[in-house]
Amino acid sequence: MGNLRSVEKALAFVGAVPRRVTKPEDLTDLAAIVLPGVGAFGDCAAQLAQTGLWDPLREWAASGKPFLGICLGYQLLFEGSAESPGVAGLGVIPGKSVRFPEEVGKVPHIGWNTIRILRQSEFTREIRSGDFVYFVHSYVPVPEDPEWIALETEYGVRFASGVCRGALFAVQFHPEKSQRVGLQLLRAFVEVAACRERPTRSAP
Amino acid sequence: MPVLAKRIIPCLDVHAGRVTRGEQFGRAEDGGLRDVGDPVGLAARYDEEGADELVFYDITASVEGRKTLLDVLRAVSDRCFLPLTAGGGVRTAEDIRGMLLAGADKVSVNTAALADPDLIRAGAERFGSQCIVLSIDVRQTGPESWRVFSHGGRRPTEWEVLDWARKGVELGAGEVVCNSIDCDGMKGGYDGSLIRLLADALPVPVVASGGAGKIQDFGEVFLSGHADAALAAGILHSGEVVIPEIKAYLRTQGIPVRL
Repeated sequence: MGNLRSVEKALAFVGAVPRRVTKPEDLTDLAAIVLPGVGAFGDCAAQLAQTGLWDPLREWAASGKPFLGICLGYQLLFEGSAESPGVAGLGVIPGKSVRFPEEVGKVPHIGWNTIRILRQSEFTREIRSGDFVYFVHSYVPVPEDPEWIALETEYGVRFASGVCRGALFAVQFHPEKSQRVGLQLLRAFVEVAACRERPTRSAP
Repeated sequence: MPVLAKRIIPCLDVHAGRVTRGEQFGRAEDGGLRDVGDPVGLAARYDEEGADELVFYDITASVEGRKTLLDVLRAVSDRCFLPLTAGGGVRTAEDIRGMLLAGADKVSVNTAALADPDLIRAGAERFGSQCIVLSIDVRQTGPESWRVFSHGGRRPTEWEVLDWARKGVELGAGEVVCNSIDCDGMKGGYDGSLIRLLADALPVPVVASGGAGKIQDFGEVFLSGHADAALAAGILHSGEVVIPEIKAYLRTQGIPVRL
């Protein structure tokens, strides 16, 4: 929905040349994939499967090529979600998404919250612990292997707000809606992708 | 303890492609609105100043008005990377979709939801609760009593504010904006008891609207009104106060804000 457009505009703003892809053949000449992900976990997984993009996306994300997951696109990297029981995720990262317990406060978690950088990477070199980013979500992934966790946020409970490995970077918040800090993260991602000497493109 | 920042949200009432401002829901046809600027330029200024979100209302609520609002949304979302909410004249799930596609992250419903509450459910099921905002216009009718009004504050309904807000949340609204018609444009401060009533009772964020006249009013509505966010129009558009100034003050009061 709207978020696809916002992600495109923000990527273009930081110098990328985003392109929407709708079928596996579109992936061949890409330097990077951005998976914004919108709606509910089950619907999104079903749509990706329908377009034939499911397996190529999983292979891409698992291969260590530049990949950015945003919000649901982050959650989809895991094995599943309490939002859609029985629906498998891409399974690139061990773990599942859970719903925020009601006692943490108001759910969905909507608004500006801080990130703490647990593990530095080239994606986060321009940002700091304590920087605010914009969240809108009711579910959050719990990585089984803490080594994946790059960013942490607190909302009643502490949760993994970002993961990173190789050229894969995925976040629960919306960099495309997080003003300066979000644009810096996107710029860093685009630079990582550009280092691979190809134009940057994006996937749905 | 959640450390979510309290949000300061400029509200842009768009009429005939311009941002306008009135008092107590003044109407364009009565000459009750003042032109305060170009929506895209104003949005860029607020983005620069560190607004946490922007709200756009089409207050003409005509077919032409809605088209203008979509153009404004597209232009703003091309260059401002912060959350945007749109509303005014939203009647169907298709209207919601149109606004989301034009760049809105959330869409607020009001009169049409009162006529057909199922609009809230339809919107939430199709696009997610997080993007459906229930906007409620009220007038105080007694010491602890506020009546909900429809049609831009013109028609009273049968609803008490808390009952309608609860119903809306039950149907899937992910956020509630409460506008006090009595306080609108009067600059005497937000209606703290109204906002507190909703904020304490609802499981979703509550946004206070109507009445901001000075910096201290924001502190008041967060500290004693328990609001999650505060909407303001007149005092921001006129430049009487600027957002960094408000946030610096809130910080001195121990209120979490994003600087």
